[in-house]
Amino acid sequence: MHYITSADVTRLELKANEIRQSIIEMLYEAKSGHTAGPLDMADIFTLLYFEVLRHDATNPNWEDRDRVILSNGHICPVLYATLAYAGYFPVEELMTLRKFGSRLQGHPHRESLPGLETTSGPLGSGLSQAVGMALAERIDNPYSTKYFYCLTGDGELNEGQIWESLMLAGKEKLNNLIMIVDRNGIQIDGDTQDVMPLEPLAEKFESFNFDVQEVDGHNIRAMNDAIGKAQAVYSQPSVIIAHTIASKGVDVFERDFRWHGNPPGKGPEDRVPRSEQEKIALQKLRTLAGTISTDDL
Amino acid sequence: MFASHLDKKAQTATPDLIPSRNGYGEGLLEAGKRDKRVVALSADLTESTRTLPFAEAFPERFVQVGIAEQNMAGVASGMATMGKIPFMASYAMFSPGRNWEQIRTTIAYNNSNVKIIGAHAGISVGPDGATHQAIEDLAIMRVIPNMVVIAPCDVHEARKAVLLAAKYDGPVYIRVGRSETPVITTPESPFAIGQAEVFYTKNPDLSQSVGIITTGVLAYNALMAAVELEKNNIGAGVLHIATIKPLDGEALGAFASNHDILITVEEHQVAGGLGSAVAEYLGEHMPKKIIRLGIHDMFGQSGEPNELLAHYGLDVSSIVAAARRALTP
Repeated sequence: MHYITSADVTRLELKANEIRQSIIEMLYEAKSGHTAGPLDMADIFTLLYFEVLRHDATNPNWEDRDRVILSNGHICPVLYATLAYAGYFPVEELMTLRKFGSRLQGHPHRESLPGLETTSGPLGSGLSQAVGMALAERIDNPYSTKYFYCLTGDGELNEGQIWESLMLAGKEKLNNLIMIVDRNGIQIDGDTQDVMPLEPLAEKFESFNFDVQEVDGHNIRAMNDAIGKAQAVYSQPSVIIAHTIASKGVDVFERDFRWHGNPPGKGPEDRVPRSEQEKIALQKLRTLAGTISTDDL
Repeated sequence: MFASHLDKKAQTATPDLIPSRNGYGEGLLEAGKRDKRVVALSADLTESTRTLPFAEAFPERFVQVGIAEQNMAGVASGMATMGKIPFMASYAMFSPGRNWEQIRTTIAYNNSNVKIIGAHAGISVGPDGATHQAIEDLAIMRVIPNMVVIAPCDVHEARKAVLLAAKYDGPVYIRVGRSETPVITTPESPFAIGQAEVFYTKNPDLSQSVGIITTGVLAYNALMAAVELEKNNIGAGVLHIATIKPLDGEALGAFASNHDILITVEEHQVAGGLGSAVAEYLGEHMPKKIIRLGIHDMFGQSGEPNELLAHYGLDVSSIVAAARRALTP
């Protein structure tokens, strides 16, 4: 178990806030892309790359690194922003997201950018790849303490391929596999409970022989503890169902499925007009949703 | 005239008969012995795809994924990312049939070093019927960037293709068949990825000539058709294109310029497979009359392999008849 202090938590929260601001700017500049998932996963990505992972931004292909496999590739703005802040490439490059000639493809392409472990976008494929990586590692190194963190969406769990790979992970008792589900409750067409109900989700994973934890995905200390516990599970793969608030950090976007696939400037207008969406979002983030005055910044 | 390196019995009416899938089994086991990075995946078809000898020899390098071809493609890709050389085998109808998108994005776009074996391909799978007769696999694999596509003519070529694929860095699709088909080549016959081989050279004394271009296990029918045509004073040559992608344009061009008309023969839809690949290349480089024999926009059905090949116009007499028709002014 890796312990963190209150000062660590504050440091990570501030970093996550910085990453969220970049996500808003990148998406606004790109004029397309996904907003809700990247914003709500910023805390978890920050915790992973700035606290939990064994990795080296100056040596992205370091063999002994832990692996982060992003299965729901459409939330890549948060991965790109986190990688940039972690030193994998210049932060300025973030503004090239989705543009012609950019290394920051609309969905991640492994060979394009340092730090990417896989190519993903079509949903359900990342977990299979994570299972393959974890299996390969076990063949070479049965006592390895390298971990394979696979991040998936919750809507993504509709895909049949997910359950194929869950079966295999359970069968093979892949204790080096830690799956983290972004349980934000939304997908493109609506709330997950309306489009395709997932509950009882924890019981589903348990029945596939996973160790299951349910955690507040914005509570950095709780997430850190959950990851530590997942690392300590023997003879089972682990899943952490991270309960998150879609579009977390920008209260006027939060919990609204219409922010799944739209960037600021093109989102629903009932709470903020499109012309104001980027400006308001950045203001909300910089003032922590109005709890601090901009004069203090 | 038969190429000198061909099996002597393949030049007769009684060749040895061995399923080409056996070549996968032999090649895989050999590749596994040579290189411990080689791993094998199976989707509950371990014996019939001939993965079993490897699985028994190297249980720690064998992954049984269950009946889950989409997951198999992703798992193989993940293993390749970690430095393994995965071979994943199922029936071609399910892999690449069912898991095409996973192969396209997770393996090919990801440029992952995975080898995909599509067994029981073609209508010669026989009695199982149309649901199990993959006659579209070459088309759907050929259009994927980074993908090499090989349809070996017999057990020896299949073995060599597997060994070469293990050494080649990148995704490869190898199509093999279920039924017992003629052994045409020998272990010593030349074989290289991307290289077409002339199996039969026309008699230059005959005035008219047809060039028969074939892929996969129908090469024997093409050879027997050539012999039959020459008996009837029609010159004939046979070019075997095992690697449909990348296509050996040089050999194809040379062969095409040597014959009056061309006939392509394949156990596949005429759209998208060998016939299309040949027509595309020659259309751009040296337009020529091409008759494409194969399945014409329909599904297969149950029956014995030879009954089906005759019904769909892919047996020896059908190839001969097609050549005669094409040469009749």
